[in-house]
Parts: sequence; C-alpha cells; structure tokens
Amino acid sequence: MASGKLYGYGGRILRVDLGTGAVRTEPTPESLAREYLGGRGFVAKILWDELPVGVEPFSAGNKVVIASGPMAGLFLPGSGKIEMGTKSPATGLYGEGNMGGHLAGELKFAGYDAVIIEGVSPKPCYVFIDDDRVEVRDASKYWGKGCFEAEKMLKEDLGEDFKVATIGPAGENLVVYAVVSHDFGRQVGRTGVGAVLGHMKVKAIAVRGSRGFEVADPAGVLKKGKEMYEACFAKPGFDEWTPYGTAGVTDWVNEICAFPTKNFQTGYYERHKAINGQTLKERICILDKGCTGCPIPCGKYSRFEFSGKTYYVEGPEYETIALMGGNLLLENIEDVAYVNYVADELGLDTISGGSVVAFTLECLEKGVLTPAEVGRELRWGDPEGVAWLLERIARREGIGDVLALGVKKAAERFGKGSERFAMHVKGLEVSGYESRYAPAMMLAYMTADIGAHHNRAWAITYDAAVGQDKTEGKAWKVIELQHIRPLFDALGLCRLQWVEIGFELSHYADMFPLVTGWEYSWEDLLKISERIWNLTRCFNKREKPDFGRVYDLPPLRWMEEPLPSGAGQGRCMPRDKAEKMLDEYYSLRGWDSNGLPTKGKLQELGLGFVLERLKLES
Amino acid sequence: MKLAVKEERCSGCRACELVCSMRHFSQPNPKRSAVRVVGNFPAPGRYSLVTCDQCGECAKVCPAEAIREVNGHYEIDRDLCTGCLLCVEECPRGAIFVVGEDQVPFKCVACGECVAYCPRQALVDADGEVAWAGLSARRRAEEASGR
Repeated sequence: MASGKLYGYGGRILRVDLGTGAVRTEPTPESLAREYLGGRGFVAKILWDELPVGVEPFSAGNKVVIASGPMAGLFLPGSGKIEMGTKSPATGLYGEGNMGGHLAGELKFAGYDAVIIEGVSPKPCYVFIDDDRVEVRDASKYWGKGCFEAEKMLKEDLGEDFKVATIGPAGENLVVYAVVSHDFGRQVGRTGVGAVLGHMKVKAIAVRGSRGFEVADPAGVLKKGKEMYEACFAKPGFDEWTPYGTAGVTDWVNEICAFPTKNFQTGYYERHKAINGQTLKERICILDKGCTGCPIPCGKYSRFEFSGKTYYVEGPEYETIALMGGNLLLENIEDVAYVNYVADELGLDTISGGSVVAFTLECLEKGVLTPAEVGRELRWGDPEGVAWLLERIARREGIGDVLALGVKKAAERFGKGSERFAMHVKGLEVSGYESRYAPAMMLAYMTADIGAHHNRAWAITYDAAVGQDKTEGKAWKVIELQHIRPLFDALGLCRLQWVEIGFELSHYADMFPLVTGWEYSWEDLLKISERIWNLTRCFNKREKPDFGRVYDLPPLRWMEEPLPSGAGQGRCMPRDKAEKMLDEYYSLRGWDSNGLPTKGKLQELGLGFVLERLKLES
Repeated sequence: MKLAVKEERCSGCRACELVCSMRHFSQPNPKRSAVRVVGNFPAPGRYSLVTCDQCGECAKVCPAEAIREVNGHYEIDRDLCTGCLLCVEECPRGAIFVVGEDQVPFKCVACGECVAYCPRQALVDADGEVAWAGLSARRRAEEASGR
C-alpha cells in the first residue's frame, strides 16, 4: 500500500504478535489515513479487514487495535483522546472505547499511529514501547495488581515519563466489562477491551516517545492553536463549567426526570444534591486534572475518607454518580467515590458495574435471587455491599461468576422475569440517562453501534429543548450527532470544549488542513464519520447474521413499564412507538427496513468492499 | 520575563510542553520542551513543574563558554557548544535537556509562551511583563459583544 509523507501522524503502525513475541512496524498506509482518519476509523477498518468472521472474542484470533488520531498530541484544546477496539466479549459485536489522558499523544511522539495486538501470550506480559525500541516483556510481578497499583509500579520501574495503561483483576479474569486504565483515573470503558487484553495476558502497555511528529504548516498550527486557546479562555464556561466537570450536570438531569434511580425504576433521586458536582467540589476534590492540551480539565481528582482510611480517585464522573450513585441509592459523595475507587482499582466499568449491581439488588428485591444464592445480604444504599459484590465479580467468585457476563446474560441465566429489568441494548448496559421521558436519547441508545452508550449521540439536551414527549421528528438530530461526535473519536480529540463551553466546530475544520496538509472541509470529515458509522453497522451484521432491527429495540423496562413518578410520570416507549422511531431513523440513514445499509448507501460511502461479504440487497 | 510557578494550579495538561516545542522546534514533542510536567500520583495527587530559574550555574560550568546571559536569561550558543553535556549534569533543577542523537542541549530562553498559554495560569511571569493570553482574549470578546 502506497505511503506518501503523512503530516500529523506518527507514521507507523506497530504490530505485536504475542504468540511469538515478534514485533513489526509498517508505514501507516496513506489511503487508510485519508479515508478513515485515525482513532475509531482505524479501529473499525482494521478489525473489518483482519478479524476472521465469527471469531470468538476470547480466542487467539481476536485482536485489540489501539489508535491515536491526526489531531491528538497537538498544541490545541482537547488533543488527548485515544481509541481501543476489539470484538466485544460483552456483545459479540463491534467493541470500542475511548480514553483521555496522555497516551494518544505519546504514541505519536514515539512514531506510531496505532498498535495492533494479536494472538495470546503464554505468560503475563506487557508491551514496552520506547521510540523504536519495542519489546514484549514479562509482567509476572504486576499480574494480579490493581490498575493504579500496577501503573504506579511500572512508572517507578520504567520512569515517571512513561505513559502507562493497565488492566486490573477484572480484566485478568475476563469480566466482560473490564476496562483499560491509564493516568490514574482515565479508562477505556464499555465493551470489555480490558477483558480481551486479559485473555491475551497483556497486563499493560507502556509508551515513551521523543521523536515528535511533523505537521504540514508548523507556524500555522502554532498560530491557530493560540487562537483556539484564546477562544476557550474567553468562554463563560471556562470558569463556570470547569470546577464541576461532568458531575455538574447531575441536578439538571434530575430536574428533567432522566437520572437513573434504583435500577432505572425512576428518573429522579431525592438525594441528588448530596452526590452532585457542587458537593463533590466542596467535600472531596483536591485537583482539576486534565488530558493533553485541555484548557477545561474535567478530571476531579479526589481524596476522601471511608471507614477510617484515606483514598484517592479521579472522580466520580457524572456517569458514576448516575450508575453507582442514584442507581444504587447511595447517600453521599464519599460513598460514591469509594465504590468508584473499588471499581477503578479492580478495573471494571463503573457504568456496567453499577448496572449489574443494581440488577442484582432488584433480583433480591423481587425474589429472583435469594441472599443465600448471592452469598450476602445486600441492600440499596450500602457502599460496603456494593464493594463486596464488585470484588466477587472481579474474582469470578460465587454469583460474581455469572454477573461478570453482564445483565443480559445474567438475566438469561436467572430467568424468573429478570430480563424485564436487565437494562441493556445489544448486551451493553445503559449509561447515565433514564430515557422514557427523553425519546431522542432513547433512540440514541437504541442505535449506537456498540450498544447502549451515550457518547455517540448525547441527545438529551435536544429532548429538553424541543419537548420531552415528542417522539417523531427527532431522528435527524440523533443522526447528526452520530456523525459529529464520533468524528472526534476518529481525530483523537475531546468533544467537551464544544459540548460544554460552546467552542466552535469551525476551529477544528480550520486546523485540520494546517496539520495534515489535506484540504478537507468539515463536510468531508463528516462524510468519513458516516462511512465509519456504516462500516461498524456492517461489522455487526457480519458477525451476527440475524443482526438488524430487533437488536435496536430498547430494554424491556423502557417498553413495558411507565415511569411511576416524577416529571415524566406515565411515560414509556411501547414497542410500536420504538419501531416507528426506527422507521424514521433507517429511512433518513438510507438503510432498509431491517436497519441495514443499502447497496447504494454503501457505494456512496466507498464501502463497496463490504458487499461481497454481506450480499446485501440494493 | 522571570518564570515562576504555582504548582497547585497545574492540571497536568502539558500545553506548556507543546507550545514550547512548537515554538522552538516546530514540532509537537514534550521531550523538546524546556518546561516539564511531572505527576505525583496516586498520592499526594498533584503535579510538579520543572522550570529554569535562570540561575546561571550552566554558564559557570560550561567549559566552552557557550552559555551566555542575554536580557536576564541564559542561552546556549549552538555554534560554540561542544556537546560535553556538563550543563545538563550540573543544572540544579534538571532543566537542561538533550534528546536522542542531538549534539547540543537546549534550555528555557524565557520566551513567555508557556506563561501566555497555560490554561491554569500555573506558569506566571514574576516580572509582570508577559500576561496570560486569556486576559486580552476576554477584553476582545467583551469589546466585540459591545459592552
């Protein structure tokens, strides 16, 4: 594959074969960069190209692709995002997570755009990258350690300037929602990338780079970067939003009856003020901690006491306040921070983890499980009980062994109607927005490629703006967001400057040509995002021949159970209404009535190569 | 320009490292930055900054007299430097750096870019000459909105 000089890129793709320990680099193909940009685009294309059809997620044929993007590691606001993807053990579909911190830049400073990890190591190992020196090293002294503990040990052993990502016991033990942790508080969550690395016996990745990389117009990039920072500095949100970060939205989400409460039984939590952003800031936050280049550091690094001991955790983020706070009826910010810490050290996703714990509590409440079967009396609002259950899950002990598979599979095992309150789409647990009174957000959850995740289309503000009862005429907005937001994930950028403080998208459009030398308009970039969107849809179809509309339905609770109280009382999304939303959505996307891209759409997007595999109708 | 630090304000974002390397080496590369961010985690949970305070020790120890005072700061003359790296060893703050195959080390030349662009104002000019870029940006925004 031809490779011209790439500006804005590290320049190489690193391939690590764990079976043999062999390491290879190849130049980053120019066509891959031009057509898929990087980040999520590289993940999607490489997984499509290289994974055997029907590969088992926990097998030597699966791969983990780690990819930075052309706008990561730059002097501009929010240039710190990296993607990691694989075939998900949680869903059996396309799996991908996104993470801030400093790994995205460091990989490029070392001269790489992506790392493809393949095979299975015979023994615990970690991938060591120091510019051109790449080794698969023994990790036996780190195996079994918590995420933060292992990161600290590796930094002590290698140097504080190494950027380190680790898995914890949850990943080592193949919990399907295990994360990859980095920078003492950032995670690649959702879909279980940490579990696949655990199966591969990869404990960590450690990167240091000193080569830097070239941009097409250095003087232009410096000047534009300064302009971008100045624009951020002048936004009101720069001072107003930053102190609270994502937690700042807690009260508002409760006001609009969208706060996951007691396993999504309701959308409002009476104690929300005790676990909101202001309380976090006042009681436990000691540092605003940021990713590469970020002017509005959302990381709330906290120190708190729990049962007479001092703990440190970056968080809780809004999602954790939602899924482990309101969803478990925890009563104060220290309790939420504690369970956050436990989950983070164990290396499991606080969203899915919170949902699994809530599901278990409701199973106990409804007699689907007995305390004897669970192994302990558990109740809502008890952080120690939550911590106990998270440990059982991470170690695959007792009931934890089934719960480690996620709510969908746990409900299938437990039966007795528990599937009616297993809160997932496609096998991925719903994140922080109770959506019976937010139809656009519900549609976003129904149609996100990896399952019920909000990062693709955070449509909740649109629901609030145009009316929370309206179910028609919202699909266009969800689609628009599904193109804009994941574009950041392909570029290596953080969205929050735009989302939270109104930083204009045109800045990125102006910067892109200065970095890469390619005259792409914002519309060109959005088209690439649409291409990637359709590719991951096709990946899902390839892996699950029955994939289609039926996978896009909301959780049963949302279809069958009206909200019992609050501003959204009485609302739910019956199946026929959900299907109508999907009709509108598929039609606008140029997909057929089963939700699959048409031949015409694929050809329009340069995805004709998909057709051989899928034999789709035109 | 006299660089001073307020470490408690640092968020670890490394915009300083990026603006420094862009300004002086035309590439994003924290290893070619004369200011460095160091994390102290999990505890106590804060950042430290490695900066040059223009103490002049490097000039004293340089056997080639390649380091000279210019307008209150010290600069390495690339043509005179022999690459002995004694300055790197002797700098009391570890604030002189050399990368890879480079013959000549580099150090802070008090250009003020990091002061202007640190989003947290964790790097400041103790002499008050270089201002945070946010001040003028906010003034311009206010003028533009007609206030």
